[in-house]
Amino acid sequence: MTETRFTKDHEWVRLDGRIVTVGITEHAQQALGDLVFVELPEPGRTLAEGEACAVVESVKAASDVYAPLAGRVTEANAAVVEEPALVNREPTGAGWFFRLELDDPSAVTALMDEAGYAAFLETI
Amino acid sequence: MPDDPEFLQSTPLDALHRSLGARMVGFAGYAMPVQYGPGIIAEHLHCRAAAALFDVSHMGQASLFGPASAAALERLVPGDIAGLPPGRQRYTLLTNAAGGILDDLMVARLPADRLFLIANASRKAADFARIAAALPARVRFCPHEDRALLALQGPLAAAVLGRFAPEAVALPFMGVAETMLDGVPAIVSRSGYTGEDGFEISLPADRAEAVATRLLAEPELLPAGLGARDSLRLEAGLCLYGSDIDEGTTPIEAGLTWTIGKRRRMDWDFPGAAAIRDQLDNGAPRLRVGLRPEGRAPARAGTVIAGEDGSDAGIVTSGGFSPSLNAPIAMGYLRRDLAADGTRVNLLVRGKALPALVCQLPFLAHRYARLSSTKHA
Repeated sequence: MTETRFTKDHEWVRLDGRIVTVGITEHAQQALGDLVFVELPEPGRTLAEGEACAVVESVKAASDVYAPLAGRVTEANAAVVEEPALVNREPTGAGWFFRLELDDPSAVTALMDEAGYAAFLETI
Repeated sequence: MPDDPEFLQSTPLDALHRSLGARMVGFAGYAMPVQYGPGIIAEHLHCRAAAALFDVSHMGQASLFGPASAAALERLVPGDIAGLPPGRQRYTLLTNAAGGILDDLMVARLPADRLFLIANASRKAADFARIAAALPARVRFCPHEDRALLALQGPLAAAVLGRFAPEAVALPFMGVAETMLDGVPAIVSRSGYTGEDGFEISLPADRAEAVATRLLAEPELLPAGLGARDSLRLEAGLCLYGSDIDEGTTPIEAGLTWTIGKRRRMDWDFPGAAAIRDQLDNGAPRLRVGLRPEGRAPARAGTVIAGEDGSDAGIVTSGGFSPSLNAPIAMGYLRRDLAADGTRVNLLVRGKALPALVCQLPFLAHRYARLSSTKHA
């Protein structure tokens, strides 16, 4: 299954086996503006759902990124640390943040699907 | 509560900003464009490479009329206002009795015994009340709530403005003149808040949108928002009132000793003169410095600065990312013994100590149209 799911904190996740790839949404990158710094969790770190685990900084301000689900970090995307603007250009592609081996892969279904996220954006 | 969206005032260019796709935010009680479509970095770099137009109509404008205006204003500021020649403007400070800074402002001398002031949006009400209360009856004080203010900044600003107001381009840095701009009476000064050559243009509010639209039709010019204005002024090492200077900082600590007129240093007859004189004679306990963090993480305002030995060293007052240097930069106050150029300190960001070097300001050399540099250009 490669369906993309979304959180209310404007992260997207894509499941492949037990591993999800995590990034921030188009809406989030637009709201943040030009990114100049990204800090990602180190591989091996265990994250609780909702835990602040990454930092993105725009010219104006710093913001936290939260773990969408509980799991263990398997990989961080060095490309966005090297070039934060990649997140602005391709937030849902090459601008992914990290990969997480989930404690419970079925928890993904609790997140919003694309239609649900679009409806959520209408409310904010 | 001043930036609650429901209570924001708008500038005369509000509709133009929205039609240009600006992202509007609350600032000092006004709805202001923080950026347009291209974004802060593109707007910033365009101002450095070509020219950018900023709406700064939220700032306070006022005039003092009468031969006694300069002497009256000198009761409130340490600058030499009496010695300001016609057609010149000067950066000065309103100080309090403790030597703290109540605001920074521009004062221009215009013909017919007129002083023209520009104050910060967040401070204008307090400034104008303070000035009005200090004036003798023979000086008339007139706030200009019906005027807009544009800043046209960048190395191509003079080329653009010259098409509409050729006389304005003859002004040297900190020169000011009343002139016609595309048929509109304007007060133009050669100054700004970016470190670039440029102009600040005061206009009747009801003509501002037409003039801004005409200027923006010039191919070199892009609109830029408050985001780029802030990153540009930080690179230029210029203070932001409320962040880098306030009632708790003195002109000596802030590195603004040069704003105290020579004659004023003989008479010491401005608010806070005793405290300021003491710091000038004995040294200030802390000084405003530039900081270059190692690595890429910005250190924001409020970041605590520690010495290499872990001792309390100071605080960051402005910090962010420099698009021109492609690196984080910051300004802040440091204990005097650590304030020398090249000193290593640590910035405490998210619980980690980020090494940084103390450096001279500005981060980027100013490119003003000074008389001497135009002569030799």
